[in-house]
Amino acid sequence: MSAVPALTAPVRPRKLSVSETVLDSGLRVIAVRRPGVPLVEIRLRVPMISGRTAQAAQAVLLGETLLAGTKRLDRAALAGAIASLGADLSVGVDADRLSIGGSVLAPNLPALLSLISEILTDASHAKSEVDGERSRMLERLSIARSQAGVVAREALGRRMYGTHPYALDLPDDSDIAAATPAQIRSLHSRLIRPAGAILVLVGDVTPSRGFTAAAKALAGWQGASQPSRALPLPAIQTAPLLLVDRPGSVQSSLRMGSSALTRLDAGYPALQLANMIFGGYFSSRWNENIREDKGYTYGPHSHIDHGVLGSSLLLDADVATDVTAPALLETLYELGRISSLPVTEAELDAVRQYAIGTLALSTATQAGLASTLSGLIGVGVGPEWLAEHPRRLAKVTVDEVSAAAATYFAPSRFVSVVVGDSATVRTPLERIIDVERSSS
Amino acid sequence: MPRATLPVPVYELHHLVLPNGLRVVLAPDRSAPVVGIGVLYDVGIRSEPEGRTGFAHLFEHLMFQGSANLEKLEHFRYVQSSGGTFNGSTHFDYTNYFEAMPSNALERVIFLEADRMLAPRITEENLANQIAVVKEEIRVNVLNRPYGGFPWIELPAVLFDTFANSHNGYGGFVDLESATVADAAGFFDRYYAPANAVLCLAGDFDPDNAQALIEKHFGPVPRRDRPVRPDFSEPALQQERRGETHDAHAPMPAVALGYRIADPVGDLDSHLARVLLSEILADGDASRFQRRLVQGDRSVTDIGAYLGEFGDPFDERDPTTFTISAHYPDRDGLPGILAAIDQEITAVADSGTLPGELDRVRTRLASQMYRQLDPVLGRTLSFAKFELIYGRAELLLELSTRLQAVTDDQIRTAAAELAPSHRAVVELIPGGAR
Repeated sequence: MSAVPALTAPVRPRKLSVSETVLDSGLRVIAVRRPGVPLVEIRLRVPMISGRTAQAAQAVLLGETLLAGTKRLDRAALAGAIASLGADLSVGVDADRLSIGGSVLAPNLPALLSLISEILTDASHAKSEVDGERSRMLERLSIARSQAGVVAREALGRRMYGTHPYALDLPDDSDIAAATPAQIRSLHSRLIRPAGAILVLVGDVTPSRGFTAAAKALAGWQGASQPSRALPLPAIQTAPLLLVDRPGSVQSSLRMGSSALTRLDAGYPALQLANMIFGGYFSSRWNENIREDKGYTYGPHSHIDHGVLGSSLLLDADVATDVTAPALLETLYELGRISSLPVTEAELDAVRQYAIGTLALSTATQAGLASTLSGLIGVGVGPEWLAEHPRRLAKVTVDEVSAAAATYFAPSRFVSVVVGDSATVRTPLERIIDVERSSS
Repeated sequence: MPRATLPVPVYELHHLVLPNGLRVVLAPDRSAPVVGIGVLYDVGIRSEPEGRTGFAHLFEHLMFQGSANLEKLEHFRYVQSSGGTFNGSTHFDYTNYFEAMPSNALERVIFLEADRMLAPRITEENLANQIAVVKEEIRVNVLNRPYGGFPWIELPAVLFDTFANSHNGYGGFVDLESATVADAAGFFDRYYAPANAVLCLAGDFDPDNAQALIEKHFGPVPRRDRPVRPDFSEPALQQERRGETHDAHAPMPAVALGYRIADPVGDLDSHLARVLLSEILADGDASRFQRRLVQGDRSVTDIGAYLGEFGDPFDERDPTTFTISAHYPDRDGLPGILAAIDQEITAVADSGTLPGELDRVRTRLASQMYRQLDPVLGRTLSFAKFELIYGRAELLLELSTRLQAVTDDQIRTAAAELAPSHRAVVELIPGGAR
C-alpha cells in the first residue's frame, strides 16, 4: 500500500462572475471583482493585425513611445504621475495587438484610467523620443539577436510562415531605421481606437464602479480603427532541418513547429492533453526521457501558441553540442511513439488533473485572471470558456487524445531548426535527417 | 488624486514549533481552493565547501530525485497529477522548495515535503544524471548566453574576499563533476535538519487541521542539531576595485558596480532607505539614472539598480550588495557613465530628494509588494523568507508602514554610502558581432 495520502474531495472554485458592458465608443469593458490585495489589474488590448510586415517596426516604436509623453506631460512627468498612484504600466506589441497592462492601488483606479485616456488620445510620439527609442531599439535588437534562442525562433518563424507577419518575432533592423515619427503618429491615429478594443479590470473594485470610472475617464477616446487587411496564415510546407551555424556554441538550440487547433475547435481539449503528455509538463515523456533519464538538456518544452489567425505547436530544447543528434533522435522517437501508439489511461488522468488544477491556480490571482481573460477574449473566446473548459477536459477519452496525437504530433508534419556549432553537429545530424545549411 | 493613506492587506498568521525544531508559519485564506507550501532550509551558496562550488544548487536538484517512500520521478508525478506545480531555488543564504496545489491535495503535499526532509534518495545514478542536467542549465543560462550570469557570478568575485562570498554559486564543472554521494549525505545531515528549516503553508485550509497534518508527517523526522551559521560579514571597502570579464557572445559592453552592504537585518530602517534610493535612482522613466543616461545623453541602452544578488532586497543577511548595472553602446563610454552615476548619487547625498519624489517611490514600492502577495505561492515564500531571515513573518505586512516612516535624511545617508571607494566595478568586454 502506498504511503502517499489520497486526495480529499475537491473544493469547487467560487463561480466566476464576469460582467461586461460596451461603452458608447465601442470599447468592450470586462470586469471581475476579486478582492484580496487592494489593487486593480488592467489590461487594454487594441487590435493591430496587418498584412504588411513593415507595420511591425512602426508598431513596436509606437509601443516604445506611447508612454514617452503627452501634450501636457513630458516623459518623466507622466512616469511620475503613474508611479504616484501606486501604479505600473507597460506596453506590449505583437503581430495581433498592442496591449497596455498594469496594476494600480484600488482607490486610484479612476485617476489611472484618466492618465491612460490622455495617453491614448494625446501621446506625442515626439521626434526626439522616437529618435532616442529608435537607436535604443537597434541596440536592444542586437543584444536579442546575440542569443541562440532568438536566432532559432526567428529561423523557425520564417520556416513556418515565410513572409507572413506571423513569421516575425522581432522587427527588422532596416524597418526600425526607416520608421518616422509621422508614420508612427499616423499609425496611432488609424489603429489606436476604442471600437474593437477590449479593457479588462480585475481586482478590488465592483464592476459597476469599474464601468463608471472607465466610461468617465475614457469618454474622450473615440472612433473606429481602420486596419489594413490581414493575410490568412499560410499552410506550413515541410522542408529539411535548417542548420544555422553558431561557431563555438556549447549547446544546440533545437526548435520544431507545426500547426495546431485553436481553442474554439471541438478537438482542442484532446490536443491540449496530448501536448502535455508529449512535452507540455515536467512529467511528460519527452522531459522524462531526455532530461531525467539521459541528461541531454536542462529542460525541453512543447506548447501551443494561440494567435488571432491560428495556433501553432512549438517544441524547444537546448541540448549539449555533443549529444545534438542523439537528442534529435529521442525527440523523433517520442513524436513517432505518441503519433503511432495509444496513450495510457494513467497518462491521461495525470495530465487531465494537471490541466484543470493549473488553470484554477493561474486564474486564482488578480493578474493571472486579468491576463487570461484578455488573452481569451482577444482571440474571440468568451469568458465562459473558463468555467466550461474543465468540464470538457473531464470528458476527453484515451481514443480522442491518441487520435489528436496521431494527427498533430506526427514527426513528418514538423519543420525543424538547429542553431549550433555546425562543424561539430552537421555530420551526426545528417545521419538521421535531411539537413539544409543556412546561407546567412 | 492619490489617497494619503495606503490600504494595507490583512492576513492571519499562526506560528508553531515542532519538538524536532521545525518552525511553522500558517497563513490561512479561504478565498480560493488553492494552497501553497514552502520549505526553506537555512543553507545556501555561502555555505558550500571549498572545492565544491555549485554544490548547494546541485543538492537542490537531488532533493527532487526520490525520497524515503518515493522512487525517482514520483515526486514530480504526484504533484502534477494532483493538479499542482513545484520548483525549488538556491539563494546565497537559503534554499527553498515549494508547491502550489488545489486544496484537496493538502495532506499529500505535506507528506511529499516531509518525506524528503526525512530522507532524500541519493544514488550514484541520480547524481550523475543531475550533474549532467545542471551542466546544461549552466550552459543555457550562462555559457551559451550573452551576459549570462552577469553580474551575479562575476561581481562577487571582485567585490568580496572570502571564498563564501566571492565564489561562483552556479559552480565550476570540475567541482560539480567531483561531487560524490558521500558529499551529499554529509551536506544533508548537516544542513537539512528540521531545526534548520522553516515550513510555511498559505491558502485554503483550516489551521487546526493543517497543524495536525504537519505534526503527523513532519513530527517523525528526527531532531538533529541546528548548525551554527558562520559570520560571513566583510569590512567596508576603502578603495575602489576594478575587474573585467570577457563575453564571446555579447555584442555590446556592460558594466556592474557593486557596493558592500552590511547587516540589512540588524538595521532594517537604513536598509529600507537603500531600497527606496534604488528606486529613486533607477526605477522607471521618472528615475534619475533613466532621465540622465537613457533619455538625456543616451550613453546607456538600459540601467538598473537593486539590492540583493538576485534583485530581492530581503533575501540576504550580512553581507548583501547594492548593484548598479548597465549595457552601453560606446566601448569608450565607461568613464563618462561612471562620472554621471556618481554625480547623480552625490546629488541625492548632498541635497536629498525632490518634492514628491519620496512619496512617489514608496507608494509604488508598496503597491508592488502587494502585487507579489496576491498569488498564494508569493505569500507562502515571502512569509517563509521573513520568518527565516528576519525571524518574523509578520514583518512582511509591516513593510509598507515602515516605508512611510523613512525620512529624507535616511535617503541621504544611504546615498552617501555609495562612495566610489566602497565599490567594485566590473566591466564586461564584448567579443560578439558589431
